[in-house]
Amino acid sequence: MRLPSIATLFHPLQSFSIRGGIHPETHKHLTSECEIETMPMPALIRLPLQQHIGAEAEPIVKRDDLVLKGQLIAKARGPLSANIHAPTSGRVIAVGHFVAPHASGLPVPTITIRPDGEDKWGPHLPRLRPENAAPEEIAAQVAAAGIVGMGGATFPSAVKLNLRAKYDLTTLIINGAECEPYLTCDDRLMRERAEEIADGIGIMARALGVKQVFVAIESNKPQAIEAMTRYNRALGYTFKIHVVPTQYPMGSEKHLVKMITGQETPARALTADLGVVVHNIATAHAVHLAVRYGEPLIARTVTVSGHGIRRPANLRVLIGTPVSEIIAHCGGFTEEPDRLLLGGPMMGMPIQNPRVPVVKGTNGILALTAAETPEAKTMPCIRCGRCVQGCPVGLTPFELNARIHAGDLEGAAKVGLMDCLACGCCSYNCPANLPLVQSFQFAKGKLSERQSRKHQQEETKRLAAARKAREEAIAEAKKQMMLKRKAEMAAKKKAEEAAAAAAMPPPATATAIQGEATP
Amino acid sequence: MIAAAASMSALGLGLGYLLGAAARKFHVETPPIVEEIAKILPGTNCGACGFPGCNGLAEAMAEGNAPVTACTPGGRDVALALAEIVTVEAGADAGPIAEIEPMVAFVFEDHCTGCQKCFKRCPTDAIVGGAKQIHTVVMDACIGCDACIEVCPTEAIVSRVKPKTLKTWYWDKPQPGLVAASAETAA
Repeated sequence: MRLPSIATLFHPLQSFSIRGGIHPETHKHLTSECEIETMPMPALIRLPLQQHIGAEAEPIVKRDDLVLKGQLIAKARGPLSANIHAPTSGRVIAVGHFVAPHASGLPVPTITIRPDGEDKWGPHLPRLRPENAAPEEIAAQVAAAGIVGMGGATFPSAVKLNLRAKYDLTTLIINGAECEPYLTCDDRLMRERAEEIADGIGIMARALGVKQVFVAIESNKPQAIEAMTRYNRALGYTFKIHVVPTQYPMGSEKHLVKMITGQETPARALTADLGVVVHNIATAHAVHLAVRYGEPLIARTVTVSGHGIRRPANLRVLIGTPVSEIIAHCGGFTEEPDRLLLGGPMMGMPIQNPRVPVVKGTNGILALTAAETPEAKTMPCIRCGRCVQGCPVGLTPFELNARIHAGDLEGAAKVGLMDCLACGCCSYNCPANLPLVQSFQFAKGKLSERQSRKHQQEETKRLAAARKAREEAIAEAKKQMMLKRKAEMAAKKKAEEAAAAAAMPPPATATAIQGEATP
Repeated sequence: MIAAAASMSALGLGLGYLLGAAARKFHVETPPIVEEIAKILPGTNCGACGFPGCNGLAEAMAEGNAPVTACTPGGRDVALALAEIVTVEAGADAGPIAEIEPMVAFVFEDHCTGCQKCFKRCPTDAIVGGAKQIHTVVMDACIGCDACIEVCPTEAIVSRVKPKTLKTWYWDKPQPGLVAASAETAA
């Protein structure tokens, strides 16, 4: 039996809770009162072809092509991929490689556009009236607009909207938790564009054919809760605004589902197995723009924050704007930042090169000073268990860490390494400052590398076998050919001999006849 | 004529029977370990180990003439699997198994004459290209055996560490001890 928590007395909906989690200092006050402003046109726009989970998009423009705002410049390749559109009008100056907005800083295929400053729209996508449109049409429109999950996971949204064919869906949860410290872009979007978001939610609910819709917002965003409560109906759906406690990682898809429905998603399963689909607030906004106005996903809201930024802000920027230009727009650095991050401080990516572009999944740009980053000095693990308390998926991080450092990665996988979200609660909680989540990231990468090498070995074995079989077949064919030719030669010889033999007798008989005739 | 044929046939049959009998009598059992080793090896017969094909290496390893780490294209996984079945006598204690970075062949297109020599030599068909056309290496199929490098007449092929992509990149292993030491010395 489940005992209700005291919180249920105040919020009757709040009868469930999640395991673990932490309550970090949010630092949201830096930007929570900054209205979303539109960033001026950047000098260059760089669009990596892979801004989503799945296959890389295929470029359909060449160098020196002129493109218009909203024009399709890279096409989705395969079912799990996303279209990419030109965020403004201008000239394509390169289709090549550029540093990825990723911790590795590896070069990735990128289209570079120099804006002409006119910002001239090309043809929009055909508008859709969601009230009359079939669910498939809505999903197709969302796919055409290149919309991906904008909370950071960047999973193509259209694929998620098409899940009704495979799963029995009952609930749509809109994720407005924004549990990462510093970030306020979703908060501001809800406060300023609640009506548009509500419409986007309605469109998505219609495409999914769900029965109920929840909008989950953390309790530290009272204005956003108020705004969304005001606009809580669209397309015949009335959303339940669900206030969830301020706790990291509340914005994790599976945890949000647990918090609202009380159901736990099994390891490595999808929330769709429970009949629940989770979409982000910013995705709902993008869906609204795509369906009602035919605007593809070419801009997004980004929080620029951290004590290293002179003028923290919430900006609406074109996808592909270089981070360095955004920072310059925000007054530059107050001091040389210790770390420059894309995303939140808990799960964001540190970047070395500030010229990398903002992509579809970038929700924050943080310049953290040395005072804001954790102390590097570490001490030995004393198995205090703080990491275990903090882990939202119920793992034992200290054990995982010990196994990884002993080189026993398979053993770590056996005790749940693959279920780690990489949320960083363990490292945050660790009083010895051990780099726990960092070790898990390494171990996961190492294991998947081993897996892929094993796979490759099997494949090359197959290739070698195929080659051997082919060579043998060729040799056999040659042999057959030789035999055939030999047989042919023999037959020819025989025929010749026979012909010679046949040719010989006639003269003999002729002489015989002659001889017979002479007497 | 008939006598000649009969005598030759009799000779053939007799010698053949002798050979057959000798094969039975002096039959040498292939140790099952050789087959087991050969099963684990990649089986591409690339020759990177210096032995005549994977079977050659398997035999040498069974006799203890080759370390379990001899197969470079197989890398760490193959070495570990071999170390499990080939006991210490076969050289499993040949030092700790180093993590070998996977290598791939790379064609310098300026130097390639399209002679097709590498193309014919590649054990996994990882090189593509036609006659008098620049060849290229399919990286996912290349096992880094260097067979093509040896046959290239213009030295247009080199062995390189397989380039990392966003899908294969991962974080380095954090070294907490080192961090503590450096922080202390700094203090």
